[in-house]
Amino acid sequence: MNKITILFFATLRTRAKRSTMELELPNEINIADFKKILITKIPALEASLHHTLVSINKEYAFDEDIIPEGAEIALFPPVSGG
Amino acid sequence: MTTLTDQEFIRYSRHLLIPEVGLAGQEKLKTSSALLIGTGGLGSPIALYLAAAGIGRIGLVDYDVVDDSNLQRQIIHDTNTLDTLKVDSARARMLGLNPHIQIDTYNEPFTAENAMHIASGYDIIIDASDNFPTRYLSNDVAVFLGIPNIYGSIYQFDGQASVFYAKEGPCYRCLFPTPPPPHLVPSCAEGGVLGVLPGTIGSIQATEAIKMLLGIGSSLVGRLMLYNALEMSFDYVKLKKNPKCPVCGENPTITKLIDYEEFCGVPGHHIDAMPSEWDISALELAEEMKNASLKNISPLLLDVREPHEQKISNLPNAKNIPFGELASRLSELNTAQEIVIFCRTGNRSLHAIEILLGSGFRKLKNLEGGINEWAEDVDNSLPIY
Repeated sequence: MNKITILFFATLRTRAKRSTMELELPNEINIADFKKILITKIPALEASLHHTLVSINKEYAFDEDIIPEGAEIALFPPVSGG
Repeated sequence: MTTLTDQEFIRYSRHLLIPEVGLAGQEKLKTSSALLIGTGGLGSPIALYLAAAGIGRIGLVDYDVVDDSNLQRQIIHDTNTLDTLKVDSARARMLGLNPHIQIDTYNEPFTAENAMHIASGYDIIIDASDNFPTRYLSNDVAVFLGIPNIYGSIYQFDGQASVFYAKEGPCYRCLFPTPPPPHLVPSCAEGGVLGVLPGTIGSIQATEAIKMLLGIGSSLVGRLMLYNALEMSFDYVKLKKNPKCPVCGENPTITKLIDYEEFCGVPGHHIDAMPSEWDISALELAEEMKNASLKNISPLLLDVREPHEQKISNLPNAKNIPFGELASRLSELNTAQEIVIFCRTGNRSLHAIEILLGSGFRKLKNLEGGINEWAEDVDNSLPIY
């Protein structure tokens, strides 16, 4: 298993009711699968996650990118205020 | 032969002293131009600092007028300029600060129809808008014109900034290929914002604009800066150009401006809540409640505002389910009972009606203009906020 840390920003913090969490993931899974697992843990994120920018260890991650061991995954939703 | 006048030498003295700017840099700023989309929260500090820095020509795009609720953060405007055009209010303040520059104003929404015409000829675009359609539009215009788009965006205590310059790095669409579903992301008008937050993010945008025009330092091209005011934290995410990006990728599918309001599913400019068949005015509701209480069949008043908003104003016996929790709390409501839904101004309640309609509710009414209209027409003891 791969224990990762998740950071939530902006509106996701409100929806997830937390700013950070730890999660055990199967080894060698990609961002798309990670999103599915996270939605089962926090269903309130479902609508937002598909449009959210994801980074692995502070680098932009595409859906097909594999999550390395002990990664820090940050979730940045788009915000539009000005 | 210098292009600076004697007055300008004195004015820009502290720039001339920095080797990275110097005389050549200041002359470059004087011959540069920047187009600012939006003269609101972000636009206020950007406009002031660009004017003070001596950017030779600054374009301002906005169609709004100055409102009381703007002045908590939109510091380029003034109590004396309430109800005047924002572009005029901003222009006067900027020329008061620096009469040696040219300000061109565009008192109109920035749209697919006028955007290329307005933006062509400017060296950079600065996106200080407040909605997704305009953000995608600004991005695409900058990509098509081959100029940088200095991006900033805010929500409550969180801010984002980057420089999208497709020649050297990713664009906005590389990060966010598709917009979020309509109304999922609250605007400042819906979610609120700390007044000083756009000051911080707008100042960073102004810094990046000046650096890009001068060609100095390390820009935010290829980096997204994330700021949280509550934690006073700055984070950076390294960005990648998306080879599949529809505007700046290897095989672009979008080669001219599109219909951005359709793309995002929301209007690109503020409109009052559209009149709907569900609407009931505050006066009508007051009358209905008076009659209903005689017959003992009062409708349920459903308040979809956030709990902290209830401390500002309230209707008697209203049930509170915040808009974001409505979909998961439908079991608390009865389809047989008439429900009158309200929020602050009538926008959130209209979206709540869409959710309720999708779940079999039919006996619904929307308080037009929200509790603010009730405060105006029925109960003057309540504040309007």
